[in-house]
Amino acid sequence: MAQSQAMKVLTEPLVNNNPIALQILGICSALAVTNQVATALLMCIALTAVTACSNFSISLIRNHIPSSIRIIVQMTIIASLVIVVDQLMKAFAYDLAKSMSVFVGLIITNCIVMGRAEAFAMKEPPGLAFLDGIGNGLGYSLILILVGVVRELFGAGSLLGYQILPLASAGGWYVPVGMMLLPPSAFFIIGFLIWGLRSWKQEQVEEAEYQIHQVHRTEVV
Amino acid sequence: MVGIVGFSRDGVGYIVVVALAVCLVCSVLVASAATFLKPMQTVNAKADRRSNILEVSGLPSGPDVDVNKLFNDRIESRVVDLSTGEYATDLEAEGFDQRDAASDPEKSIKIPAREDVADIKRRAKYAEVYLVNDEQGELQTIVLPVHGYGLWSTMYGFLALKPDANTVEGLKYYEQGETPGLGAEVENPRWRAKWEGKKVYGEDGEVQLSVIKGSVGSNTPNAEYKVDGLSGATLTSRGVSNTIHYWLGANGFEPFLKKLRNGDLAAEG
Repeated sequence: MAQSQAMKVLTEPLVNNNPIALQILGICSALAVTNQVATALLMCIALTAVTACSNFSISLIRNHIPSSIRIIVQMTIIASLVIVVDQLMKAFAYDLAKSMSVFVGLIITNCIVMGRAEAFAMKEPPGLAFLDGIGNGLGYSLILILVGVVRELFGAGSLLGYQILPLASAGGWYVPVGMMLLPPSAFFIIGFLIWGLRSWKQEQVEEAEYQIHQVHRTEVV
Repeated sequence: MVGIVGFSRDGVGYIVVVALAVCLVCSVLVASAATFLKPMQTVNAKADRRSNILEVSGLPSGPDVDVNKLFNDRIESRVVDLSTGEYATDLEAEGFDQRDAASDPEKSIKIPAREDVADIKRRAKYAEVYLVNDEQGELQTIVLPVHGYGLWSTMYGFLALKPDANTVEGLKYYEQGETPGLGAEVENPRWRAKWEGKKVYGEDGEVQLSVIKGSVGSNTPNAEYKVDGLSGATLTSRGVSNTIHYWLGANGFEPFLKKLRNGDLAAEG
């Protein structure tokens, strides 16, 4: 029972309850850091680590946090973890960290981290909360890597820096799509991903908030 | 519900205790991460800067090169007083940070608007220069730090000149936030290669080197002073031109380069 619940918490956010595709959270960083697979990967690792650790620590003290200051306590914990991750990156992956500039710091404002802390970690035990953090981080990573692969492959003809499609400017045949390197392209790619996912998993389609009223000739309005 | 040490969970005292405890734990975490990782970060930042300097001066700078060894063997860092062009006698290159100095009113000057072609507002009184020597110890390249505003961002780079202090060896931007695919092409090695061999000062001693609109053909007049513009990035290209004009002009490194050319600089500062 406990094991199956743990599995569920870990795998549910990948497809069925994906933070980006279903909950539409964390879009900002998904646009910003996905023009290369390498930066997308580093962002994924950073966000997964922060979500898991913040979920764990918040869950650990969840019974002691006064409800009137719970949001600011969550923010303090998340912000501290983000700074630690940022410092670690500057020490161990300096070049990549440089190319991500402010976006590591902006994990603080990533709705996925806050969302999971408030929705899950405040109610569940630490172990499960930790797994939930990992699961949501992986769900985010899945989308980010897909977007990163499409953008880098079509925008620069390479993957992780290795040239896959020979560029026309270097004597090959592939003319890169410059648009792919700009943030708006990620909007389109994420849009198509969500469309694809919801065509496959019909239950994810939200109910319309309004009804399109069809007027027939015979109907008296 | 009753929290720790018998306080009521929603009482003010309890809230203050929890808030303080959380802050204390978090600050210890952040402070220790920053302190323990600082040495590694400084090493990284320094190596990064050094590898950029090696690259712009045409020395090997790949991942398999011992950057620090090569840098120490071949490159001499000096601090130059920009107004006189002399080496600063009271400042050590080690520990001098031009960017910090530029924002410190004590160590910088405000650039009058009409002289501020590179749109940088203030500049440090002193600048770091790097003299690259060949294996025999003869001066091979002069590397100057330059920066100026492009379209979106201040672009920081290094300009390398040959020992005649007039011929360009290379230009490398290491920090910029221009449009990817357009202005950010200032980092493109193919565009950077177009700078090699260009001349800076014209017959009249003024800075002539410019980035032009379009490309330099075989029948462009004064082609040795002109570099192809970046297509789709007119303002970034203009920013690069302005940066060169400012930093190699009379308010920038010109006094220093003149003295260097005439051999007026004391070898030991």
